[in-house]
Amino acid sequence: MHLKYKIQGGNFSKAGFASSEVKKILRQLSIEPKTIKRLVVALYEGEVNIVAHAYNGLITVDIDTEKVTVTLKDNGPGIPDIDKAMEQGYSTASAAVREMGFGAGMGLPNMKKNTDEMTIKSVVNEGTEVIFINYI
Amino acid sequence: MEQNVFHHAFSVDKSVCIGCTHCMKVCPTQAIRVRNGKAEVMPERCIDCGECYRVCPVHAFRIGEDDLSDIIQFPVKVALLPAVFTGQFPDDISTDRIYQAIHQLGFSHVHEVEQSVDFLKEKTLQYQISDDESPHISSFCPAIVRLIQIRFPSLTDNIIRLRVPHDLTAELIKNDFIKEGYKDSEIGIFYITPCAAKIAAVKSPVGEDKSVINGVINMDSLYNKVMALIKKEDKTSSAQHRTHLGADAITWSLTNGESKHAHGRALAIDGIKNVSEFLEKIENEEITDVDFLELRACDESCAGGILCTSNRFLTAERLQKRARKSELANRDSDLTGENNPEANRFLEQKMTLEHIEPRPIRLDIEIGTALKKIERIRELMCFLPGFDCGACGAPDCRALAEDIVQKKANVSDCVFMQHNNLLDREHAQRIIYKIWGEEALNKDCSKKGAKNEGN
Ligand SMILES: Nc1ncnc2c1ncn2[C@@H]1O[C@H](COP(=O)(O)OP(=O)(O)OP(=O)(O)O)[C@@H](O)[C@H]1O
Ligand code: SF4
Ligand SMILES: [Mg+2]
Repeated sequence: MHLKYKIQGGNFSKAGFASSEVKKILRQLSIEPKTIKRLVVALYEGEVNIVAHAYNGLITVDIDTEKVTVTLKDNGPGIPDIDKAMEQGYSTASAAVREMGFGAGMGLPNMKKNTDEMTIKSVVNEGTEVIFINYI
Repeated sequence: MEQNVFHHAFSVDKSVCIGCTHCMKVCPTQAIRVRNGKAEVMPERCIDCGECYRVCPVHAFRIGEDDLSDIIQFPVKVALLPAVFTGQFPDDISTDRIYQAIHQLGFSHVHEVEQSVDFLKEKTLQYQISDDESPHISSFCPAIVRLIQIRFPSLTDNIIRLRVPHDLTAELIKNDFIKEGYKDSEIGIFYITPCAAKIAAVKSPVGEDKSVINGVINMDSLYNKVMALIKKEDKTSSAQHRTHLGADAITWSLTNGESKHAHGRALAIDGIKNVSEFLEKIENEEITDVDFLELRACDESCAGGILCTSNRFLTAERLQKRARKSELANRDSDLTGENNPEANRFLEQKMTLEHIEPRPIRLDIEIGTALKKIERIRELMCFLPGFDCGACGAPDCRALAEDIVQKKANVSDCVFMQHNNLLDREHAQRIIYKIWGEEALNKDCSKKGAKNEGN
């Protein structure tokens, strides 16, 4: 099954929509709650990152009988140093974003922890693509 | 082991059912469809909450009960009364008189269900400390336990695995008679139920093999029998018949009755719609910081049970009054509590429920097939109008889509799809008849709201 969600940069009120939709579908498949939870946490962090750091993005979710593959692709500033971004506590979030309770620099490490495979590709001034896979 | 066939107290009297959509629309598990002009209940989904019974405009739902004459076969005939029963009666009828009337009806002993509450209160607190599946959800209301099994399966482990007051008290009473020398088979314990959910809980219990209760009598029918006796005779009683119940026990089945004793942040939520809404948020982890949940299917909890005859607010008020009196007397319940260490030790052996199974409604057990079905449902939803009108005999468009995928319905069951697909008149009519019955569209001036209503 193939699912698509458009994400708008800066629109925090809709952040979380994709993850809750995917959660509903996984529940209907009677997937183990802990497995669902990991995936949803990772997806939510990815959604928020596009909203907080990029201009717009597209999330695609592919579900088959063994795994869920998620691609988060955005147009945005890109990440100059991916290793650094993966460090706990590293953040370039703006004051406005911090005021909304984000920007602790925990998102990417949390994604890593809650996924089975994860890769990040990024080009500065173009955009970022995060792909992760969770086995179900 | 739990049974695979679920006992339900409800049945639809097809000769009375007019095939409207009221029950179908309120069912919290979407267990009802209309076929051939009559409501049909899917047994695997029904949780016996009684919402259908409440809204039925023609009283077509029937609730089965055991025969009062069944008690004759037992030398010991115990009536197990929930405290809300005493709350049904007008203030000028004393509790002693009510007990006396129940004896007159043939019962040899009368006990109140909540005798085991003092014990359960302590054990619930201990359970909250020793088990870390927070929030802990009370197992008290059987409709809620079933709702969680079916609609919120990921929360089944949160249900407190302690047996409910009617079971614990029944165990205790039975044990006392056995100690007096009676055989198990000589003791008949009859539970007077305020609702259909408790009947289902006795007839097909969750988390235990078999209930200790021997029969169930519906509260409204016992109420009528007691009132008939009292009307004929005196309103007061000369003798004292009843056993004492502590204040906490009296209010246990009311809203807040359990939650006020629990550890930490404890909430009491009554009404099945409110409960569903809240559990949705808990399951989505939108709400995380609660420790204890008292969840009851009925508004005003058991005072609002569908077999209660009195107004639920008045019942609750009477019980609160009774509790205040009991508080002033400053006594524990007779059977358990601090003065009964032996009873408490006995109940400790009996208090635990087995594992509570989740029972999710699956589109398919095979995940690949389930995926295809979800895809097909999403596709169908592009075409169905989303009006949720119910004319197809399903509660909403999404439920129809599910039924179509499960081969229990057709796209052309939707009247708007009939129009879109240019179905010929006869074909469309056949479909409507299949769902709503052949007479449904005939002129009928005696129906509700029509000019000769009731004639
Ligand atoms: N999609 C993205 N586009 C551009 N930069 C990003 C993107 N995702 C992450 N980053 C960069 O990586 C940093 C770390 O991301 P991470 O998600 O770990 O923390 P955060 O988003 O700043 O804070 P938190 O996730 O704790 O709210 C971000 O501050 C940002 O500089
Ligand atoms: S709240 Fe009480 S009366 Fe209502 S269904 Fe639950 S147990 Fe029965
Ligand atoms: Mg982040």
